Amino acid sequence: MDKITVKVGMASCGIAAGARPVLEELQKSLSGRRDVEIKEVGCLGLCFHEPLVEVDNAGKRTVYGEVTPEIARRIISEHIDEGKILEDRAILSTEIDACENKMVDRQVRVVLRNSGHIDPTKIEEYIARQGYDAIKKALSSMTPEEVIEDVLASGLRGRGGAGFPTGLKWKFARGSQSDEKYVVCNADEGDPGAFMDRSVLEGDPHSIIEGMSICGYAIGSTHGVIYCRAEYPLAIKNLSIALVQAREKNLLGKNIMGLGFDFDIYIKEGAGAFVCGEETALMASIEGHRGMPRPRPPFPANRGVYGKPTNINNVETFANIAWIINNGGKAFAAYGTEKSKGSKVFALAGKISKGGLVEVPMGMPIRDVIFDIGGGIPNGKKFKAVQLGGPSGGCLPESMLDTPVDYESINATGAIMGSGGMVVMDEDTCIVDVAKFFLTFVQNESCGKCPFCRIGTKRMLEILERICAGKGKPEDLDTLEGMAYKVKDGSLCGLGQTAPNPVLTTLKYFREEYEAHIKEKRCPAKVCTALIHYTIDPEKCIGCIKCARQCPVNAISGEIKKLHVIDQDVCVRCGQCIKVCPVKAISVE
Amino acid sequence: MKTVLKDPPKDVVKALEPVIKRYREKKGNTISLLADIQTTFGYIPEDAVDHVSRTLNLSSAEIYGVASFYAMFRFKPEGRNVVRLCRGTACHVQGSWLIGEQVQRHFGIHEGGTTEDGMFSLHYVACLGCCSLAPVMMVNGTVHGRLTPELAVEVLETYRSKA
Ligand SMILES: Cc1cc2nc3c(=O)[nH]c(=O)nc-3n(C[C@H](O)[C@H](O)[C@H](O)COP(=O)(O)O)c2cc1C
Ligand code: SF4
Ligand code: SF4
Ligand code: SF4
Ligand code: FES
Ligand code: FES
Repeated sequence: MDKITVKVGMASCGIAAGARPVLEELQKSLSGRRDVEIKEVGCLGLCFHEPLVEVDNAGKRTVYGEVTPEIARRIISEHIDEGKILEDRAILSTEIDACENKMVDRQVRVVLRNSGHIDPTKIEEYIARQGYDAIKKALSSMTPEEVIEDVLASGLRGRGGAGFPTGLKWKFARGSQSDEKYVVCNADEGDPGAFMDRSVLEGDPHSIIEGMSICGYAIGSTHGVIYCRAEYPLAIKNLSIALVQAREKNLLGKNIMGLGFDFDIYIKEGAGAFVCGEETALMASIEGHRGMPRPRPPFPANRGVYGKPTNINNVETFANIAWIINNGGKAFAAYGTEKSKGSKVFALAGKISKGGLVEVPMGMPIRDVIFDIGGGIPNGKKFKAVQLGGPSGGCLPESMLDTPVDYESINATGAIMGSGGMVVMDEDTCIVDVAKFFLTFVQNESCGKCPFCRIGTKRMLEILERICAGKGKPEDLDTLEGMAYKVKDGSLCGLGQTAPNPVLTTLKYFREEYEAHIKEKRCPAKVCTALIHYTIDPEKCIGCIKCARQCPVNAISGEIKKLHVIDQDVCVRCGQCIKVCPVKAISVE
Repeated sequence: MKTVLKDPPKDVVKALEPVIKRYREKKGNTISLLADIQTTFGYIPEDAVDHVSRTLNLSSAEIYGVASFYAMFRFKPEGRNVVRLCRGTACHVQGSWLIGEQVQRHFGIHEGGTTEDGMFSLHYVACLGCCSLAPVMMVNGTVHGRLTPELAVEVLETYRSKA
């Protein structure tokens, strides 16, 4: 009889959601049993249902969501011992019609082919799923040029944001003459609201190692560096384990698999600077300096790390490579649109019912990603906007939701594909506040080299702060727009060049919301604290004192069974009171 | 920084011995040197910078330049519990600013500061990568998700007794 495998999602968010006590319960209750094996796996993509436990009985798979130690015991006694699926708890199943089955039907699994299936700390499990087949194939039966041809044929474009054709980039790096070259993996993932790279690094680190090795062979490099942000301790841990195991098996190091190719990789930890995701800043940071971008050319392919030719790609880009070599560039190009091939991973977050990681073929309309796969907006609220591309991207309204996810179509809207973060916003989100949020972010993260980026964004932020404070002037919007274009034109690196995008797209699609703040001194989403007031309706209040107890600043006074009132000078507009009033006597205007 | 160079305290010199050894052997760079110093002391003390700059013949301007560029490096000791509240986009639209305000009010601290009793330091960070559990904070190494202002304070209060 086949062993039953029980998989527990132990990515960092799984742990945060409480997966560890579940794992411990399973280990305790199943200890000594030879028919069941417990596996710690990475992200399954269904992050909103965490903690997650999957029971895999010879390919019959069922995933359970919101698992507690008690439910874990039920899974053992009912499913494992009696073969009865817990229908009330199953969220995904090959056996029954579970609630999220539809969510995965429209997805593909290239980048996420292993995440959530294998234990990332065991190289054997990666190898069992075609792992390291691609590097073997490349080294034993392909010339470096043929590898590059295949990557070109796949149509793969860089997943770090700009979408530059990966094969072409490799070709340039190959063409650069030098005694030493570097392959760098950009694992800085600074875009807030995006966690695709983290999931791959934690859940399938060998796919990055293999992708980088193939790149090394293709361009003629023997050194690899993974630049990983320090905020991802589990990713760094799993990567380090993977590197050691790959060396032990001679899949890294000298004369790999006896096929005459040397390649090794080390990890460089970031130290907390968003701009270090920019490739020239990243290279300065690898060398230990301040992460200041520099002008290009020279491009990294000619002068990169330590002055040597360097090929730099994003985590997700590398995660595609082994699949492409195994299945052929053509198979990859079969997915997607004419100019954007393959699949793309998106991190769905914000006001969305099914937040998590999804991988879809390029070209799927944004609407389908958010509503069909992501389940739309929770709590019966109305969709307002989706933010794509983080601080360099933009906010798109309902009317743009039929835009397909491909580089050109998204660029045409004023947003960018970016790395794949999709933050959904509902009617309770203030668009002006969001624009202010992003400018605060880039203002903090600007390296300060270019006056337009440093001072221009500061001026823009001051205007937005004024608008949110109810002191906006009618001419402010034109001033903002004018400055936005100046900052775009006058900045050296992508950070400054794209920093105004959130402002420009919101001005384009949500101008009336800015105008409400300026002309009517009103925040339609009721977020900007200077423009809202909480009041108690004397007709409705029953004097239950709940609100007064809840208020963190004691702004509410009144005796029991008597009318309560809010002191507007003390109230900090935190909205706590409104949530506790049993008779809905409190309103916000 | 200082005009008169006095000898750094003996305990600092002693604590830095392995750091300096590692740097020399591995031809390390300034970032890893600073990370090592921070791991040793919990922050970057001025005495330590003086000492490594003299011993390794690095300008202290270079060291401070790098240290001040990166958010990870601190020039003050941290509280016993380090709270990193996520102020990334997903957490922002889920109301993380309200959590920030509540935590600051409740503990009487400002972002970047430490409580008087040295129990908590509060930092704002941009995205911990657990956006589907937003709003999120990391206390020491542990991530807590799906927070509300009250819940955040409640969670933090449990750390008081843990210490
Ligand atoms: C401000 C800024 C931040 C960036 N951050 C990242 C990042 O976190 N991860 C990433 O892969 N690329 C990032 N990039 C893009 C990189 O500069 C570079 O284009 C990318 O790593 C190339 O890899 P690709 O061709 O595989 O996309 C950033 C660019 C800019 C301007
Ligand atoms: S655009 Fe901004 S971040 Fe980029 S180099 Fe100039 S100042 Fe630095
Ligand atoms: S909004 Fe907040 S501060 Fe104002 S009265 Fe209500 S609970 Fe108190
Ligand atoms: S909670 Fe509502 S009913 Fe109770 S005192 Fe406050 S306003 Fe009145
Ligand atoms: S299941 Fe946790 S990151 Fe997706
Ligand atoms: S935005 Fe807070 S964890 Fe990502």
